[in-house]
Amino acid sequence: MAYRTPPVQSSEITSRSVYLRRREFMAGAVAAGLIGAWQTAAQAEVLKAKRGPYATDEELTPLKDVSTYNNFYEFGTDKADPAANSGNFKPKPWRVKVDGLVSKPAEFDIEDLIATMPLEERIYRMRCVEAWSMVIPWTGFQLSELLKKVEPLSSAKYVAFETVMRPEEMPGQQGVFQALDWPYVEGLRLDEAMHPLTILAVGLYGETLPNQNGAPIRLVVPWKYGFKGIKSIVRISLVDKQPPTSWNLQNAQEYGFYANVNPEVDHPRWSQATERRIGEDGFFGSGRRKTLPFNGYGEEVASLYTGMDLKANY
Amino acid sequence: MNVTEMARRTKRRSDAPIWMLYGAGLLPALWGFYLGSIGELGADPVKEFEHRLGLWALRFLILTLMVSPLREIFSINLIRYRRALGLLAFYYVAMHFSVYMILDQALDLNAVIADIIKRPFITIGMASLVILIPLAVTSNAWSIRRLGRNWVRLHRLIYVAAAGGAIHFILSVKSWPAEPVIYAAIVAILLAWRIARPFFLKRRRSTRTSATRQPRSA
Repeated sequence: MAYRTPPVQSSEITSRSVYLRRREFMAGAVAAGLIGAWQTAAQAEVLKAKRGPYATDEELTPLKDVSTYNNFYEFGTDKADPAANSGNFKPKPWRVKVDGLVSKPAEFDIEDLIATMPLEERIYRMRCVEAWSMVIPWTGFQLSELLKKVEPLSSAKYVAFETVMRPEEMPGQQGVFQALDWPYVEGLRLDEAMHPLTILAVGLYGETLPNQNGAPIRLVVPWKYGFKGIKSIVRISLVDKQPPTSWNLQNAQEYGFYANVNPEVDHPRWSQATERRIGEDGFFGSGRRKTLPFNGYGEEVASLYTGMDLKANY
Repeated sequence: MNVTEMARRTKRRSDAPIWMLYGAGLLPALWGFYLGSIGELGADPVKEFEHRLGLWALRFLILTLMVSPLREIFSINLIRYRRALGLLAFYYVAMHFSVYMILDQALDLNAVIADIIKRPFITIGMASLVILIPLAVTSNAWSIRRLGRNWVRLHRLIYVAAAGGAIHFILSVKSWPAEPVIYAAIVAILLAWRIARPFFLKRRRSTRTSATRQPRSA
């Protein structure tokens, strides 16, 4: 059979505004001397993806902000550290092991996943537990698609995730001041993991993930606080008990297992009622916006928590 | 030398270096404001500016607290700059709070009041600001003369404000990053010196007197 070029859908073509933001970002990166960000941008590959459902029409947070304002403590605790310190990180080659209570445990190569999984663009709000938010165009696939491949057993109730451990490439994993116990671990209930909103992202702004954003593959759960979105994943395990999660281990009073965005449940040290949208307001006339329950995804996910006390299960 | 005498002697020399200190001390605030205005303070410019002002407030509090130990331990006398350092600390605390109230919370007084009452780290920060107000108000020569010994007592409140500032910084961040911990350690050492000082000075005095009185056997 003759090879036929698949037709290019209009949604696959990078929009002009996105393209212009890229240019802006390049100029900004050079001006600011952000060598790390520059290198990653140079390595980035374009991803083909169709526009998926669940796209918010809110204004996108510029790539410059998405890729220079990060919490990725493996590269340092300052927001600028991940972009500055992740230049030596090698997201390729990369394999993700999926094991535990499954019929077909497997190891997936990142190149194969990118080539074979149904990639979609998902424009999600991202709400950090620190009361700021972004709107990010992710490229990825539903976690459920990957889990189906390994066939979870009926005994599997939770999904545990683990970040790579590479002190030689991740300066935050070395030294006296260790912000967290490594490797970073996260977890979801199986029904949360199977929810169509839950994705494994391999790119943003139409290209492979910059190192500082969790290259080459990371979790995105848009109705939960950002720290649930574990980065640079090497292992996914199906388990029968609620798995440990890094921030909960660090401070159980402040960070729960569920970590659903909830304006009614304040962080013990600060309010969660409002948030500041990064890159939106600039210096003057800062407008805080009201934080929405489940980060505005209540219609899709509130039913997962029917009958649960969300104040106790924060 | 009592405080009145101190104030009188200070007057005798040129005030130019002190005014230069005020000018230089306010540069970080002006620079930060300029960067913010042209959009060069990163992704969250309000938070960044707020953070920088708070950091400089803590730095000036630390510098103010270093004046005494520098003189007592190393005989470096910067006492004539102490008032400027203390006032700069106060100005930065005031700017830090103003940015929080005006740029960060957009003058939402309900949110600000709720924060002050409900958030321990903001309660502590606010308390430190309030404590510094009477110190700033009585930082003039007239108050020093007028209050006499009570002036010294009143101004010991800077210890409380500095400790509050350091705790405020630690409580405002997640986890235990190095920076706030280092600042808190410096403040702790400077405050510990105030407790250790009487013993240290007494010992030094006694060794000195014994050294001068005992004739050397040679």
